[in-house]
Amino acid sequence: MEIDRGELVVLIGPSGCGKTTTLKMVNRLIEPTSGRILIDGVDVRNIPPASLRRSIGYVIQQIGLFPHMTIARNVDLVPRLLGVPKKERERRVNELLQMIGLEPEIYCNRYPRELSGGQQQRIGVLRALAANPDIILMDEPFGALDPLTREQLQDELRKLQCSLHKTILFVTHDMDEALKLADRIVVMRNGMVVQTGTPEELLRNPADGFVKEFLGKKRFLRHPGEVSVGEIMVDMPVIGHPEMGAAEAFQRMQRHQVNSLLIIDKQGFLQGILTSRGVQRGIQAAGSQLKVRELMEPVAETVTPDVSVLTAARHLSKARYGLLPVVDGEGRLRGLLTQASLISTLVDVLWNGEDEEKALKLG
Amino acid sequence: MEVTLRDLWLTYLSRSTKFWELTQEHFLLLVVFPVALATIVAIPLGILASRFKCVQVPALALANLIQTIPGLALLAILIALGAGIGDKPAIIALFFYSLLPVLRNTYTGIKNVDDSILEAAKGMGMTGLQILFMVELPLAFSVIMAGIRTAAIICVGLATLAAFVGGGGLGDFIMTGLGMANNNLTLLGAIPAALMALLLDFVLGKVESWLTPKGLKI
Repeated sequence: MEIDRGELVVLIGPSGCGKTTTLKMVNRLIEPTSGRILIDGVDVRNIPPASLRRSIGYVIQQIGLFPHMTIARNVDLVPRLLGVPKKERERRVNELLQMIGLEPEIYCNRYPRELSGGQQQRIGVLRALAANPDIILMDEPFGALDPLTREQLQDELRKLQCSLHKTILFVTHDMDEALKLADRIVVMRNGMVVQTGTPEELLRNPADGFVKEFLGKKRFLRHPGEVSVGEIMVDMPVIGHPEMGAAEAFQRMQRHQVNSLLIIDKQGFLQGILTSRGVQRGIQAAGSQLKVRELMEPVAETVTPDVSVLTAARHLSKARYGLLPVVDGEGRLRGLLTQASLISTLVDVLWNGEDEEKALKLG
Repeated sequence: MEVTLRDLWLTYLSRSTKFWELTQEHFLLLVVFPVALATIVAIPLGILASRFKCVQVPALALANLIQTIPGLALLAILIALGAGIGDKPAIIALFFYSLLPVLRNTYTGIKNVDDSILEAAKGMGMTGLQILFMVELPLAFSVIMAGIRTAAIICVGLATLAAFVGGGGLGDFIMTGLGMANNNLTLLGAIPAALMALLLDFVLGKVESWLTPKGLKI
């Protein structure tokens, strides 16, 4: 596997797939039993471990700030180990704090326990950046944070990466995070690489069922022509029978809070549609003795479940009352497509799809 | 025989030189010296024990064993083993008794340092020694200090037995007083010993507080 300078590569996979192990082999916290890891052509095994690690940033999930040191001393730890003079170290700490919008005067002399989890992890990232390494290893860095903070830190990391262009190896099991942050994603399973590619490539061409499952079905960039009616229709529309009384039909509509009933016979074949207005008119005209059979209206337009929502939209515009019953090949009722559900699906697919594409391109 | 404050004061006055001599002997020879020695031995031993199981098991077991031997018995054993009489067996015994608290606390203090902190330290490129001196020991410090305090208090009390083997210290007054049924004399030994323990605890507590990094103070 090759990683280019300035790339943010995400290692992702189920627990135990070896993503963290791979990460830790880069800075020799774990030694490989076979194979080599080369940084700029140099085998990491030829570099003394401590030196190697000082040239690579390391951020872990539990943060691991030193509680007995101030923020400033935590951040400038590696420069201190490298013998950077005090003035230079101070300058660097101030620079880093300002980069993420924390005032140095306030934060330099605070202690980790005075900071929230999100702030601590921000400091953790600064600590990794302090000696200006080319490579940064991040092991589920935002995993221990609440979702809101996690999102904020992801956004901040993206911004930072835009200006710093570090080579980042990032381990996570969160697909959203991977899609959001990665230039390239490496999907792993049982110690093997299953697929590598940009987020877009992965979404368009998942290598196998495992990758698909892992990405999650909902994510696929889809064209409205690819979504079928069957996926979005109401599975169990409220129905009535031709022999039902008008009053009972009306009550049923009220109970289910709908404006219409789809009328089916005992075998499930669609007979017609009854609207609440239809019932009211009928009752006014001839009393509540009337049966549904006499009040229902015929159905002009239907579609089958396999039809695409794009095609269905055309039918819907011709259907009465904004309702398009979905029937099988023989005419048995299978579901209902309403104007509202169609619109929300189209919005979902079109606009969210656009958002994802935008996000992928900017990242 | 009744005791009055006045009598006590008179007893002191009549033996004031001896009193200060014994107090100094008690404090320096029978407390400070053994505890300092035990600290010098126990802290490195504790560090090794925290790193190597093969050190941890025997070291802690031995120290535990010593602790269970009653003070007088240990003194007797030491004398029988040829330590002579006087302050030598006393100091040796006090040294052994000071070992366990410091050793165990050093071991525990280091072991209790959070794994994630150690991982971060290692991952950032700190060597083993750097981790020991810059991370583990500072974080274990207050626990180790508590061990030293415990050792010191134990010593103040146990040192009173030194008089039994001719070792001097405030136990001298206590023993003589008991032997002569002179309660004033007994108290002249016992009260300062108790006060010394309290004072030592207080002072060491202050030292510990003063030396604990701000970030760790709760």
